[in-house]
Amino acid sequence: MTPKIYVPIDAAALSVGAGAVAAAIEAEALRRGSACTLVRNGSRGLFWLEPLVEIETPGGRVAYGPVAAADVPSLFEAGFLGGGGHRLRLGPTEEIPYLKAQQRLTFARCGITDPLSLEDYAASDGWRGLDRALALAPRRIVETIIESGLRGRGGAGFPTGIKWRTVLDAAAEQKYIVCNADEGDSGTFADRMLMEGDPFVLIEGMIIAGLAVGASRGFIYIRSEYPHAFRTFGRAIALAEAAGYLGASVAGSGRAFRLEARLGAGAYICGEETSLLESLEGRRGQIRPKPPLPAIAGLFGRPTVVNNVVSLASVPVILDQGAAFYRDFGLGRSRGTLPFQLAGNVKRGGLVETAFGLTLGQLIERFGGGTASGRPVRAVQVGGPLGAYFPPALLDTPLDYEAFAARRGMLGHGGVVVFDDTVDLARQARFAMEFCAIESCGKCTPCRIGSTRGVEVIDRIIAGTERGKNLGLLDDLCQLMLDGSLCALGGLTPFPVLSALEHFPEDFDQPAAPARAAE
Amino acid sequence: MESVSPWDPAEAREIVDRLKHLPGATLPILHALQDHFGYVDREAGAILAKALNLSAAEIHGVISFYHDFRRLPPGRRVIKLCRAEACQAMGARALEAHVQRRLGVGFGETTADRRFTLEPVYCLGNCALSPAVMIDGDLHGRVDPARFDALVEAPP
Repeated sequence: MTPKIYVPIDAAALSVGAGAVAAAIEAEALRRGSACTLVRNGSRGLFWLEPLVEIETPGGRVAYGPVAAADVPSLFEAGFLGGGGHRLRLGPTEEIPYLKAQQRLTFARCGITDPLSLEDYAASDGWRGLDRALALAPRRIVETIIESGLRGRGGAGFPTGIKWRTVLDAAAEQKYIVCNADEGDSGTFADRMLMEGDPFVLIEGMIIAGLAVGASRGFIYIRSEYPHAFRTFGRAIALAEAAGYLGASVAGSGRAFRLEARLGAGAYICGEETSLLESLEGRRGQIRPKPPLPAIAGLFGRPTVVNNVVSLASVPVILDQGAAFYRDFGLGRSRGTLPFQLAGNVKRGGLVETAFGLTLGQLIERFGGGTASGRPVRAVQVGGPLGAYFPPALLDTPLDYEAFAARRGMLGHGGVVVFDDTVDLARQARFAMEFCAIESCGKCTPCRIGSTRGVEVIDRIIAGTERGKNLGLLDDLCQLMLDGSLCALGGLTPFPVLSALEHFPEDFDQPAAPARAAE
Repeated sequence: MESVSPWDPAEAREIVDRLKHLPGATLPILHALQDHFGYVDREAGAILAKALNLSAAEIHGVISFYHDFRRLPPGRRVIKLCRAEACQAMGARALEAHVQRRLGVGFGETTADRRFTLEPVYCLGNCALSPAVMIDGDLHGRVDPARFDALVEAPP
């Protein structure tokens, strides 16, 4: 058997040299006359080990990493094609503790298969959820999703099955499935990894959603910051069409589902579902007041399911293994698994798919291994730029939607950004307001004007100008934005600001910078 | 930027005509124009408005809403520097200062020799390997000032 070598083609792996490593392996194999097959897989999500090279051996896959192109000759010398010893050898991939401790349901295939191989997909339980769905009445598919307890993984956590039922019950000639792949939250990359590492599972989930609610057309809106994912996903759609999974008759069932990928244009607000729909329709991405819900009047005014990438990609395993299988993971009202993303100043950054219930501190210590800088953790922002900053005292918060909400935080899309003790929370609070000002769609005044005033007020606090008065004003402004904004951007920007004020008041009470004090 | 063409209204009309049948065609057309010419020329607004039966104001509103669409030709290489939180946690603010000093431009500006355009970006999805930078669509991770200098000195 020709040895099989896996080198990821995920954008993050490429960002640290996976392309050069693949080229070096091909060149070295040629030079030595060693026969081997190079497979470009997705990433396992162990990013501190990227580029992570794997070799298929009779005893399973063996990992080496992080590999630089310059290491390749010595790897051949050490006999890595047979799993030989080398200082970069990590042992059997599945035994790496970071991976072994995970419960990978949605990301079961990511990093293992060639993302664009239909053979690989079918050979690793692909299309089984679709097969089940094709044998079920639409209402039964919807009930299965409701029973699974799946909640929207984009951030809001709304029960996916309930949304589907609303669309199923809405009578219309044309309905739509829209996949929200506008993953704009800093600290998140699960959607990107999945689109690049296992695109067919998302296509399968979208087809099942279409069958469930009676929608024959789907759109996926991918942010333009992800050109690599957009290209990979476009190829996957073409392959699925050619194989008869997409088009006039899904897998020969006589039921149609067509799918089209659209590119965003660099607007964070388009991750909000109604802005996304406006953008898909060709307009400015300004939010629409709700009601009507998109489930009743969504894309082009028709009933529309808008779901996140991870929500839709979790559908096939639920149909395949059953609602109870999925529901048995997790706790309370947070069922199943969530792919957490460890990012920022962390030693072992990556994707950790696990059942709800671990604490934030366990995630950072056990998986993340502490900070990359080696300094103490001072703040953790969970849930993207609109998520609260938690101090070390709150690291005992369990990772579930309700526990975070109870501490005025949010789990959001599962992004966890770690900061060491060099962070200045007054500056982070200022950035939260600045970001909101840059990205506000302009539809409502609290967000459009409030964010700009927020930057100004925080600047005055930092400069030491009438601090007491300005802190009161900032609190008042935050309350107004919370209560008066139309959507989550203006409505949640106060969370990082207020949490910074609450947990790190000392950062707002520093001596004024000399330049400003002299003014 | 990989080989872009100088502005040509006839070519622009061809691109618009090829895509105008799409539902919600505005963004796909604007992306296609920018891919082809490197930016969206002032004249493109009128062409789009006519083809899509929309007002010039509506088209202008769309072009100006989205951060991606440039109204002026960019430099030969486009550098997008991530300014978001995960990159901040790993020194993106210092990198930002270095990049602006090194290139001698601020965000949204092009160097005098037209070699580089610098643009801010809020998350490239490389948050476990921050700070992140994208150059002509290629993602780079763990970028410190020295690595940044090596990247911009390397031939495209």
